[in-house]
Amino acid sequence: MEADAIKLLGAGLAAIGAGLAALGVGNVFAAFLEGALRNPSAAAGQQGNMFIGFAAAELLGLLAFVVAVLLIFVA
Amino acid sequence: MHQFEVQSIADMFTLGGQTIAFTNSALYMVAALVALWAFMLMGMKRELVPGRGQMLVESFVGFIDKLLAQNIGHAGRKYVPYVFTLFMFILLGNLIGLMPLGLFKLHPFTFTSHFTVTGVLAIMSFSIVLIVGFAKHGLRFFSLFAPKGTPIPVLLLVAPIEFVSFMVRPFSLALRLFVAMTAGHILLKVLASFVVNAANTGAGIGLAVGIPSFALMVGVSALEVLVAGVQAYVFALLTSLYINDAEHLHDHH
Repeated sequence: MEADAIKLLGAGLAAIGAGLAALGVGNVFAAFLEGALRNPSAAAGQQGNMFIGFAAAELLGLLAFVVAVLLIFVA
Repeated sequence: MHQFEVQSIADMFTLGGQTIAFTNSALYMVAALVALWAFMLMGMKRELVPGRGQMLVESFVGFIDKLLAQNIGHAGRKYVPYVFTLFMFILLGNLIGLMPLGLFKLHPFTFTSHFTVTGVLAIMSFSIVLIVGFAKHGLRFFSLFAPKGTPIPVLLLVAPIEFVSFMVRPFSLALRLFVAMTAGHILLKVLASFVVNAANTGAGIGLAVGIPSFALMVGVSALEVLVAGVQAYVFALLTSLYINDAEHLHDHH
């Protein structure tokens, strides 16, 4: 029973990672918009780079989700 | 959960003690293929003045062509068929999985929500990177792990990190797509179960909980359509970046 409780606690703690990834993704888009509003003509060329940053930041949140799912259903 | 279960539709033959079956996963992959075929046929008439269908198809192909030209440069042209197929297959798979076909007793299966499927797609991209890299640069391909101008003491630290980050690419590529789709579908399922369970407890709670949950479901569904597109785009984008590494090593095109 103890071990199960700790597993669920760990899964809950993994949600911190998901929240932090949300901050990261928000940051990527905020920085892009800020730059795009200052220099709209350069914005279109940087869209690819924005999505690379988005993908990198998002991956950590998804990994946190995987850790939570593994703790609850597999471990 | 039921929507993620792979079920056999027709057992075909046994191979090494394993039953090879035509599953619902395979069925929806065929559905995506047929949809992609139908989509392409709209624009393959080579009209001098493009009609609606041809404009649509050309804008999709042009989108991938531009993506590869931006990230790989001139050498990117020959990868357009592969990356375009990858992009459209993932996009159609994601979108078909979101279709409200349950209304017609046809419960759609999102094959991109399975690690086996996205894993094979990622392995295909990764093997193209390896094959192109070694065929084009030979053993010089290993210089990918040693950025130019790095001092030797730093190199001892950087090379293992670069190696791990290179080897982790197929996993991160496959994991991103699979988790994004699975998480979205689970979220929708949880919200839908809120509505049903609240309605079962009584009219008061049913309305108080059900209506906000349902409103959220509509919003999340819209978000899922966006995610379906973004994830397909990200998969194609990262594939093109990795192919760029294989084509040009560390020098920029």
